[in-house]
Amino acid sequence: MNDLIFVLLILTGFVFLGSGRLQFAIRTLALQGILLGLIPLLGNWQGLWGRVLSIATISLVIKGLVLPYFLTRAMHKSKVMHEDHPFVGFTASMLVGIICLGASFWLASRLPVIASMPSQIAVAVSFFYLFVGLFVIMSRRKALTQVLGYLVLENGAYIFGVAYAIEAPFLVELGVLLDVFVAVFVMGIIIFHISKSFDHIDTDQLSTLVG
Amino acid sequence: MLNLSALLYVLLGLISAPLMLGVINRTKAICGGRTGQPLLQVYYDVVKLLRKDVVYSRTTTWIFRVGPMMALGGLITALLILPCGGAPAAFKFSGDFVLLFALIGIGRFFTILAALDTGSSFEGMGASRDALYSGLTEPVLFAVLITLARITGELSLSSVFANISPLLWSSSAAVLILVAVIIFVLLLTENSRIPVDDPNTHLELTMIHEVMVLDHSGPDFGFILFGSALKMWIFSALLIGAIMPVHTGNALIDGALFLGGMLLTAVTVGLVESTMARLRLLLVPRMLVGATAIAAVCIFLTLK
Repeated sequence: MNDLIFVLLILTGFVFLGSGRLQFAIRTLALQGILLGLIPLLGNWQGLWGRVLSIATISLVIKGLVLPYFLTRAMHKSKVMHEDHPFVGFTASMLVGIICLGASFWLASRLPVIASMPSQIAVAVSFFYLFVGLFVIMSRRKALTQVLGYLVLENGAYIFGVAYAIEAPFLVELGVLLDVFVAVFVMGIIIFHISKSFDHIDTDQLSTLVG
Repeated sequence: MLNLSALLYVLLGLISAPLMLGVINRTKAICGGRTGQPLLQVYYDVVKLLRKDVVYSRTTTWIFRVGPMMALGGLITALLILPCGGAPAAFKFSGDFVLLFALIGIGRFFTILAALDTGSSFEGMGASRDALYSGLTEPVLFAVLITLARITGELSLSSVFANISPLLWSSSAAVLILVAVIIFVLLLTENSRIPVDDPNTHLELTMIHEVMVLDHSGPDFGFILFGSALKMWIFSALLIGAIMPVHTGNALIDGALFLGGMLLTAVTVGLVESTMARLRLLLVPRMLVGATAIAAVCIFLTLK
């Protein structure tokens, strides 16, 4: 059962890599957020249920509802509906994803397994998300897609935090969550301005700036 | 090593494979609000075609004539290795699934060669598409069988399927569900069903399999039609075998469960075909790479 949620998380990662429509990618991210919100409930915490429940609720609401809502708004405002010409195509991205998955399972096998982990593959999934997030940031042109990639990266950090939650206190996680919230907010505004002044949000054009 | 009772299942496959296509067509007809063709239409078609004469184009060589026979021969031989209904197959040995895929592959190889042999650019196009898609599906098929072999610890198809138990389902449900999804996607792809190809159209831009067999006529085309029914049967049997957890040991009950599963598969294919649109040609490789990704997930999960 626990494994099933993590397997679903891996699959949404691949769906995210293969999706060109931003609306679809954002919905995938929302689904990811909801699944992530469920993860803290799976762990084995004695006497910590109040904190775990609040963490689960907060992350579920923020990652599953609030962020997708803001991202959808940013999408409509900047009028970018589709990632048109990514540096690496969607099919090739999924192949890269397979390699990332292999690398993350290898990396995870070199880390200690803790009894309180929600699943054996939790750490591997967190590495997979870090890689996917980084790869999306590198391989996509649109600023909004890169924000999505950043969020996936942060989801990976979140899973890692939950996996080693006994070692790392939850407050750190909340801090990260807040960071992201602010970052998305700012980036949303930036995207809006970029689209206002240049009529597109293709970050590739920034490299032609002379400084 | 010959298992005689399994020959009954080979016979059953030969007799009832075309019925699966009939069930699919009937499901699609009901979903579309039509009465549809008779359930046994495929049998009528095959018999009609077998009674006809053959016409060969002068540009074709012996490869064109051999193609349909090789395809059908490969598939019938594959039935001998295919375990059905919990019973072991007629032949079982370590790694027999490699031979099973090779036999299916031989059929496809000769269908492609025959299509190229006609010298028609049209059929060459279909052949190239078929080669592309099968090149993408075959690694996935192997990955699935490697996964199943790892979680059951067996190397022959019959023993692998015999070891799928409720216990295995409780310990690795995630992997088995993924395996079922992948085999179903492969079933749709390999049999040229709707998200990948439309078996009903004869428009050049939508066809993959149908376009390759345009030049075949008479008994040759009958062989091809019957062969496609057998291929459907084989892939459905693989799907049922890979997920069926109940093995009572009673041949009648197991057989009934197997046939029920086959019927359910056919109805599901029919439902998928009536609710989905054909994918754009460019999106098909993406879907197949997605299947590859799922297969990779399966393998990594079993490696841990």
